[in-house]
Amino acid sequence: MSDAGNRFRTLLGHRLFWPVAVLVVMLAANTVYRPGFLSVEVNNGHLYGTPIDILRLSAPLILVALGMTLVISTGGIDLSVGSVCAISGAIACLYISRAPDQDNLVTVLTALAMALGAALALGAWNGVLVSVIGIQPIIATLILMVAGRGLAQLVAEGQIITINSGPYRAIGLGHLLTLPLAIFIALAAALLVAAFTRRTALGMIVESVGGNREASRLAGIRSGRVVFLVYVVSAACAAIAGFMMTANVSSADGNNTGLWVELDAILAVVIGGTSLAGGRFYLGGTILGALIIQTLTTTVYAMNISPQTALLFKAVVVIAVCLIQAPAFRAKFRRRRSGTPPPPQSSPQRQKEQVPA
Amino acid sequence: MSSLSISAPSWARLPRRHMPVLATLALLLVMYGIGVSQYRAFSNIQVVFNVFIDNGFLLVIAVGMTFVILTGGIDLSVGSVAAMTAMVSAWLLQSGLPALLVLVIALLIGPTLGFLMGCAIHFFDIQPFIVTLAGMFFARGMCTFISNASIPINDGFWTTMSQYRIGDPRGNFVSISVLVAFAVVLIAAYVLAYTRLGRNVYAIGGNPQSALLMGLPLGRTRIAVYTISGLCAGIGGILLSFYTLSGAPLIAIGMELDVIAAVVIGGTVLTGGSGYIFGTVLGVLVLGVIQTLITFDGSLNSWWTKIVIGGLLFAFILLQRLIGIRYK
Repeated sequence: MSDAGNRFRTLLGHRLFWPVAVLVVMLAANTVYRPGFLSVEVNNGHLYGTPIDILRLSAPLILVALGMTLVISTGGIDLSVGSVCAISGAIACLYISRAPDQDNLVTVLTALAMALGAALALGAWNGVLVSVIGIQPIIATLILMVAGRGLAQLVAEGQIITINSGPYRAIGLGHLLTLPLAIFIALAAALLVAAFTRRTALGMIVESVGGNREASRLAGIRSGRVVFLVYVVSAACAAIAGFMMTANVSSADGNNTGLWVELDAILAVVIGGTSLAGGRFYLGGTILGALIIQTLTTTVYAMNISPQTALLFKAVVVIAVCLIQAPAFRAKFRRRRSGTPPPPQSSPQRQKEQVPA
Repeated sequence: MSSLSISAPSWARLPRRHMPVLATLALLLVMYGIGVSQYRAFSNIQVVFNVFIDNGFLLVIAVGMTFVILTGGIDLSVGSVAAMTAMVSAWLLQSGLPALLVLVIALLIGPTLGFLMGCAIHFFDIQPFIVTLAGMFFARGMCTFISNASIPINDGFWTTMSQYRIGDPRGNFVSISVLVAFAVVLIAAYVLAYTRLGRNVYAIGGNPQSALLMGLPLGRTRIAVYTISGLCAGIGGILLSFYTLSGAPLIAIGMELDVIAAVVIGGTVLTGGSGYIFGTVLGVLVLGVIQTLITFDGSLNSWWTKIVIGGLLFAFILLQRLIGIRYK
């Protein structure tokens, strides 16, 4: 019995236990509410169904969150990803919309290269501000977050650029091996990042910089360069996500492309167990976090609740997940269960009241 | 400022600490000067009044944010809380409650949310960024939960507050909102400069650990600043509902960014411990004057506002960095 109990306790203590539990509960609730939720059917050689949709729609968020994970693991934060999405999407769409033949593959690739180049430059800007000038990350990226929306509108001249390009649309809606192409792009990015960080020393270097930048520098790591690099990677990820978002709707809207995606991405990273203080990162957890957020959004849409009200549910999930992961909360909870007198403040109750509110 | 050599005369020490605020003041005067020299109507005193009228709610919210940022925290929920306050008051007025009761209820929302967020931040040691993000989602969600469409306000008290003009015979006027905003600014400046709470705020922002070891009430102060920020967001929301005479679910989206930008441009350091309410006032005015300039120009588009604000943010952060204010 004690063996099983121990195993259960290890499972409960695993950092991915609660995120997985939340995801499973959400999927189960959906299946109960709508029995056809989990069904997947083959239509026209492609797989269709809500789970596939969730995967496809979460692809941009996974991409952004991957870059965000690296940034957060160095103890930074990148608020500008939403703006970078908007700018890269706008540049790509602008170039394609001006081309004589929008279906030309070379045109689309040139557009993607240009937009990606612009995004890398923006990432480098963030990186310089944080690593060379030494500005606090939250404020350094806030600059681009505010100005970037303006830049995106400047690129698009305040218009919504509509395009009609087959190859570009494929980024968001195309299929490969019966599955949406977007899933493969996100998967490839995840594998690439994982390979570079977990199969080489890079990941550990990033974590050590996040743990203590100065100590890492003294240990011989070029901390500045590592910090610079993660912002560039984050911007590149955001740019690809921006292509997907604009490809999904075949148009670029400087105001709304990638709006609030930075918050969702940070949320996904935190749900995945990466601490905002830096020093550790979990790519698997991040992907799980992104899936949770997208499942939540899809659930809310499916239940015919307005998208804005969905924020209410998001707030509940954020608080719940953060509380469960907060060491202070766990400690209080455990103390109470083991029979010692409850702590003097009644704050846990207060907190619980807020959750269902 | 202890890094300064002891031999420096006291007058040389002052400008360094006040430099960001003075730079903001200089910028404001230069921008106003440009406006006056370019556009004849700009010198009209009503232009200045209009900046206050159009940004009264922003000013109040920025004052609350200054408290939070001075302790080294951040409050992302202010825009949504303001929107929720406006929404709730519009909704309650529509259902026929007396204006005074509505005012009291609406003003309780912000501090309550702020208090809860402060508790979560202090007792469970969760990052302010995440907690207030949840608060932002919650308040915004409540807005649409109440109604998907904007609710007009026809109440007598609200329309009076909205339309009453306090002015001179020549036709220049300010609205009551401006007076409320000024009152909030004065009270906040007094609290920060002359009360125990104000000193605790600066001390915690300077170094929370030292503050705790000195026996300062860390938790109480932290919770207090988020409650204050919530209260200011609430008052801002009421002013917003005076200004628009409605409660709209999507109003004030992204306002937290404007507010943070105003506070930073006003010279408050985001790591906490350094900054003034007066600077925040100047920061809000800078944003207001930029908007006015772009409106006067006519040929520039609204997105230039964002680009200019971004550029100014950069310039001011660089300035703070150059003059050596501790920046992490």
